[in-house]
Amino acid sequence: MNAPLLETRGLSKAFGGITATEGVDLDVGEGKIHAVIGPNGAGKTTLIAQLAGMLAPDSGRIIFAGRDITRLPTHARARLGIARSFQITSIFHAMSVLDNTLLAVQAHDGHSYRFWRRARRDKRLTGPAMAALEQVGLGHKAASNASGLSHGEHRQLEIAMALAGASKLLLLDEPMAGMGAEESARMVVLLRGLKETKSILLIEHDMDVVFALADRITVMVDGKAIASGKPEQIRADENVRRAYLGMEGPGETIGDA
Amino acid sequence: MHPPVRLGVRIAVLLALAVLPALTGALDQPFLLDLALRIMILATAAVSLNLILGYGGMISFGHAAYIGIGAYAVGIPAYYGEYSGYVQLPLAIGAGALFALVTGYICLRTKGVYFIMITLAFAQMAYFAFVSIEEYGGDDGLVIEQRSEFTGIIDMESTHQFYYVVLVFLVGALYLVSRIVNARFGMAVQGAKDNDQRMQSLGFDTFRYRLACYVIAGAMAAAAGWLMGNYNYFFSPEMMGWTHSGELIFMVVLGGAGSLFGPLYGAIVLIILEEQLSSATVYWPLILGAILIAVVLFARGGLEGMLAKLERRK
Repeated sequence: MNAPLLETRGLSKAFGGITATEGVDLDVGEGKIHAVIGPNGAGKTTLIAQLAGMLAPDSGRIIFAGRDITRLPTHARARLGIARSFQITSIFHAMSVLDNTLLAVQAHDGHSYRFWRRARRDKRLTGPAMAALEQVGLGHKAASNASGLSHGEHRQLEIAMALAGASKLLLLDEPMAGMGAEESARMVVLLRGLKETKSILLIEHDMDVVFALADRITVMVDGKAIASGKPEQIRADENVRRAYLGMEGPGETIGDA
Repeated sequence: MHPPVRLGVRIAVLLALAVLPALTGALDQPFLLDLALRIMILATAAVSLNLILGYGGMISFGHAAYIGIGAYAVGIPAYYGEYSGYVQLPLAIGAGALFALVTGYICLRTKGVYFIMITLAFAQMAYFAFVSIEEYGGDDGLVIEQRSEFTGIIDMESTHQFYYVVLVFLVGALYLVSRIVNARFGMAVQGAKDNDQRMQSLGFDTFRYRLACYVIAGAMAAAAGWLMGNYNYFFSPEMMGWTHSGELIFMVVLGGAGSLFGPLYGAIVLIILEEQLSSATVYWPLILGAILIAVVLFARGGLEGMLAKLERRK
């Protein structure tokens, strides 16, 4: 088997006395969708923040494409090919929808010390930016102001921005949160289609989505990864059922809900 | 199709400035020319402030320092008998850029009100530094015997020629900013203003783009200061005072921060108002203050924003 695209070893982070992640080992394979599930407060978003470089881990290592990136700042990781979407929509509200994705493309097209040519007339930017919008179904909104979009459209724009950068690894923090059923189904199809070119670390609460998409699943509880494996292994795992599924009714298994 | 109100006003204002020397000659109103010169020089500085404040979200409260630096770049060489514009102008631009680079490197590590305060502090440091230099007149400053020389090309001593030099700088500053903000660099700077964290997660080293923007604005403002020193035949630390920095912010906000021509409109209105009100009443700063409050509360986009609204309504 090839070395995984992203590896973490013993990733730990605590805020004061409160443990956010503790000794997390994770392997995200090339071209795979790796879901991280767990109850609220399990440390999933903190994990993503450490992977993206917004939080520095107290200990442990992060290796991306064979390179130790543990101490690299956010923007340097993004340039290596790690794109992140945010659980709480984080876009450029004062700009048009197209400008939002255009910036994502621009970030990966060399430096931006270009002072003269008009960026919005640059086909090298607008082409891929428009393509990313079409991919998520926002093409018709390209000229709209980003702040005027609906909540679901904001989520779509988040994904478009992650796609537009031509990154190798997408860290998607609850991409479907707040989406309608139809948009959500569309997103599942879209994410599955991305596997050819990208690897995805997916945090998601909707178990139907997780089991429909994931190649591997890691279960986090109280900052620890208590289990990791193929979906059917996770479904059958006793530890998982006790720690995580205990919240659901007896006899029920995850994924059936 | 909406009527192009904004474009119309832009062309009208620039045309009016272009033909003003001929008009004032015919009307025998040299005073108007003097007023227009002051407006254009300060507008050039305000345009540069708008680049960082309006487009970049960096609220500098020390921008007048660059005007002072530019004026000293005329005055100090002149004090030693060096009048060449080819020395003075690059010196002004270089000194402005360097001051921006050094102070910006520190200022830009802070945000919000801290940024405002630290830019103010650096400008005040420059102010007191020049106050302490007795050789160059201390806090009184010094007279400049003659304007920068561009022998055989331009005679800066000729009021009309100097006027058009200033106009070229103003139009040049406007054009430069319009190119910068629409280019990739400008997109990066505006993105960082809108959502810095997002820009970093996309892969932009926002600190560096901000710093580069800050340096460009500093260099432009110092060029305006070079014009100001020539215009006044005089330089003093007072030109760096924080009230002047405040005036520049006033111009940008009044005209419309983040709009290309806003600072020019702001400069025109503010300076004419000052001129009119100060001869009418000693309480004129009070009235100006009230106007600024009204603009901030009721017309967020400033004068340019009002024009845009007019454009949509028709």
